[in-house]
Amino acid sequence: MSDFGALEKFLRTDPRDVGCDQAMAVLHIYVDLVAAGDDAPGRYPGVAAHLLACGPCGEDFAGLLLAVTGG
Amino acid sequence: MECVRVPAADLDGESSAWLSRLAAGGGERRAAEGELYARLVRIASAEVRRRSASTPVTGPELDDVAHQAAADAMIAMLAKLGEFRGESRFTTWAYRFVILEVSAKLGRHYWRNPPVALDAGQWERLPGRFGLDPVRHAESAAMLAEVRRVVEDELTEHQRRVFTAIVVDGIPLDALAAKLGLRRNAVYKVIFDARRKIRQSLVANGYLDEPGVEQR
Repeated sequence: MSDFGALEKFLRTDPRDVGCDQAMAVLHIYVDLVAAGDDAPGRYPGVAAHLLACGPCGEDFAGLLLAVTGG
Repeated sequence: MECVRVPAADLDGESSAWLSRLAAGGGERRAAEGELYARLVRIASAEVRRRSASTPVTGPELDDVAHQAAADAMIAMLAKLGEFRGESRFTTWAYRFVILEVSAKLGRHYWRNPPVALDAGQWERLPGRFGLDPVRHAESAAMLAEVRRVVEDELTEHQRRVFTAIVVDGIPLDALAAKLGLRRNAVYKVIFDARRKIRQSLVANGYLDEPGVEQR
């Protein structure tokens, strides 16, 4: 990876990215799949792409996963 | 992303029990609501603590955010109880409300004591955000100058304002959405389009090698 790695990664967009609204609409389903060890990214690739790119939605995913697995 | 209604008979036992108790009248329902609310408060409190390093909201205000988020999530969740389709465990569905409320409230509370003002335009901080050192590397300086040129010359005024606030000044996306009265998705889409446009320009001008900029 070049010296521009972080910037390059930030600028790269994924055409599968479904955006915040669609990702958050199925977040509970996605989190249950992850918590159960199922292939959530395989079933919802657009959600997986979005969670990698969107900081706030990624935080919501992490928080909900923690709530159902650690709480 | 089709949503399929799951018959109540297919629900897991715990979810069925929650729905049964919440559908009951009188004391049984009140007890279930009380138990669920206590869980939402606990989750909201843990969540604001988890996010405390990335928000200027601190101390008692964080506790207020947690309790407000739990209360509002409880109201919203009960109002939408009939929309639960059984696609996840009931508690996962219910907890989603409080996680999203925490995000929204931290976004709004950001502006009570913002570490950076809207439209500050702190371009000198951009290299650090991406781990670049323009002083030592002329190529980094040239590339960052090109990013700034695209932002200033090729983005729309709205795109430029949103990109500068979030990427240059580091204002949280939810905070900017609250300030501008926009949905998170609307702000994200602006950033998404700006990223694509900037990358296309960097590729066209030889700063990035890979030609495959994906199109949405």
